[in-house]
Amino acid sequence: MKILVYAEQREGQLRKIAFENIALAKQLGQPFEVAVIGAEIADLAGQLGRYGAEKVVFYKNDSLGNYSPDGYAKILAEAVTKQGADVLLLGATSTGKDLGPRTASILNAAMATDCTHVEVDGDDLKITRPMYAGKVMATIRLSSAVKVVTVRPNVYSAVEAPATAEVQEEAAAVDFTTIVKEIISGAKGKLDVTEADIIVSGGRGMKGPENWHLIEGLAELFGAATGASRAAVDAGWRPHDEQVGQTGKTVSPSLYVAVGISGAIQHLAGMSSSKYIVAINKDPDAPIFKLADYGIVADLFDVVPRMIEEMKA
Amino acid sequence: MNIAVCIKQTPDTETRIKLTEAKTVDESDINFILNPYDEFAVEEALKLREKFEGEVTVISLGPDRVNSAIRSALAMGADKAIRIKTDSNPTDPNVTAGALAAELKKGNYDLILLGKQAIDDDHAQIPALLGDKLGIPAVSVVVKLEVDGGKLTAEREIDGAHELIECSLPAVVGAQRGLNEPRYASLKGIMKAKKIPIEEVDAELSADQLQVVEFNYPPQKNPGKIIGDSADAVPELLRLLHEEAKVI
Ligand SMILES: Cc1cc2nc3c(=O)[nH]c(=O)nc-3n(C[C@H](O)[C@H](O)[C@H](O)COP(=O)(O)OP(=O)(O)OC[C@H]3O[C@@H](n4cnc5c(N)ncnc54)[C@H](O)[C@@H]3O)c2cc1C
Ligand SMILES: Nc1ncnc2c1ncn2[C@@H]1O[C@H](COP(=O)(O)O)[C@@H](O)[C@H]1O
Repeated sequence: MKILVYAEQREGQLRKIAFENIALAKQLGQPFEVAVIGAEIADLAGQLGRYGAEKVVFYKNDSLGNYSPDGYAKILAEAVTKQGADVLLLGATSTGKDLGPRTASILNAAMATDCTHVEVDGDDLKITRPMYAGKVMATIRLSSAVKVVTVRPNVYSAVEAPATAEVQEEAAAVDFTTIVKEIISGAKGKLDVTEADIIVSGGRGMKGPENWHLIEGLAELFGAATGASRAAVDAGWRPHDEQVGQTGKTVSPSLYVAVGISGAIQHLAGMSSSKYIVAINKDPDAPIFKLADYGIVADLFDVVPRMIEEMKA
Repeated sequence: MNIAVCIKQTPDTETRIKLTEAKTVDESDINFILNPYDEFAVEEALKLREKFEGEVTVISLGPDRVNSAIRSALAMGADKAIRIKTDSNPTDPNVTAGALAAELKKGNYDLILLGKQAIDDDHAQIPALLGDKLGIPAVSVVVKLEVDGGKLTAEREIDGAHELIECSLPAVVGAQRGLNEPRYASLKGIMKAKKIPIEEVDAELSADQLQVVEFNYPPQKNPGKIIGDSADAVPELLRLLHEEAKVI
């Protein structure tokens, strides 16, 4: 079984999931290579090597600095064939979730989305992925010749394992119909909840957007991303890309801090696989406490400022 | 403008998923609804029809029960409906996409709208798969859409930012929350929807290459610990996070 790890870059920067998937490929104990697509990308080999990549192939196309759904998919499908891979690993990032199925369709391969566990079972893969927003876990098998897997960020840890990567550059000529014109970054470099190791989320209990400096202050001290319940998003207090839950994002950070969130089933569906959950809520009967590892039953407007104060001390 | 909307029937979000002894999903107590993301797709189609005129056709693949989701979309205001008949939903989204593509090729659609994801299987694959199978542009997780002549501009949500994408029609668009505010069906709409015939077509299904071996419940969490009932519990909380959980 040979694995191809697609190392996603955005604006010339590798995403963390690239290193996580290299760690997964190594853990699976199968030969693997790495593929990168973009315009100016040659200097990324050193970073990939640091995490254990021994062979990196760059598919370079001057007009594909930005992501192109059909352009990238054609190149990646060709890479799978050229590099002789049976398994393609991508991150279950926005781009991975778009590129994965397109590439799979070209290869007539089956794809499993947002997987949380992958293991080798004979010459097959046994894959676990949450379904129904994590209310149940499905054990999946892919019976196609090539198997495409997008792996949820943050589930596997990137491990430094320095290797000298053999680098190969290929000119990738394709025609494409669709390309990203522009990346509009609301807050540049804002950490997305799906990638964050720690998330501090606020709900209706926050009372209004004017109090969000508490969530942001705590998040900054934790190095965390900020999330929100749907109630906070619907009220227009927070952008909906922060929404955690069944109709928002599904997250699995090491630590999830729920502040003024009751713990409705749709919210729990999106965050119940977090390793540790902290709940701050003044209602002792709030369902979030059934799931929380640590809870404080008190007014958040006392607790959060105190947390910020103690963290700063 | 000739618009198709692909819709799926899914359990409502309140539903607790129960498993059978054979480790399959027990559907007996499930309350089925129109997939929430597909409501945004239907709404966007209706808004475009108001602007450009034309026709909105909803297409759903699935067993008899999905007719109720089709009726919901018709009640919102869609003009026509097609059900691709199957005994159950394929486990492999590539198979669903193949059957949808075959049906979509028969119509002369300028725009094909979908939800970005079905909240049961959570594949989030079909919009992109259709793009490849139909050989037309596909953009998913769209929060803003503008159609102008033969061109489309879409704002797509990505991790921590938005992407602006321009492409030509026909195209496939996957709707994300934020795109619009779906309307409620009016009583008149509901009555009218009852009279619209649902055209039924046979499915051309290839073999599933994705199999679900079994379902399991996620690992149960131990009941948590209430550390205190005032801000004085904060030092202890931070100590536990640092020393016991080792997450900070
Ligand atoms: C189709 C559908 C999809 C949905 N999808 C999602 C989803 O993806 N994500 C999601 O989050 N929800 C979702 N919901 C909504 C969900 O059902 C709940 O309504 C929502 O999660 C509630 O948000 P909340 O916990 O912030 O608000 P509430 O339930 O109102 O809870 C507020 C909490 O704050 C506490 N509180 C108030 N003041 C204080 C204070 N001063 N100090 C401490 N605590 C305080 C209260 O005790 C209460 O527990 C969905 C609903 C539907 C119907
Ligand atoms: N059986 C189906 N019939 C019609 N449309 C579907 C079906 N399954 C999925 N879709 C569409 O594809 C979108 C994404 O689904 P999925 O890739 O399964 O998460 C859904 O929001 C629907 O718009």
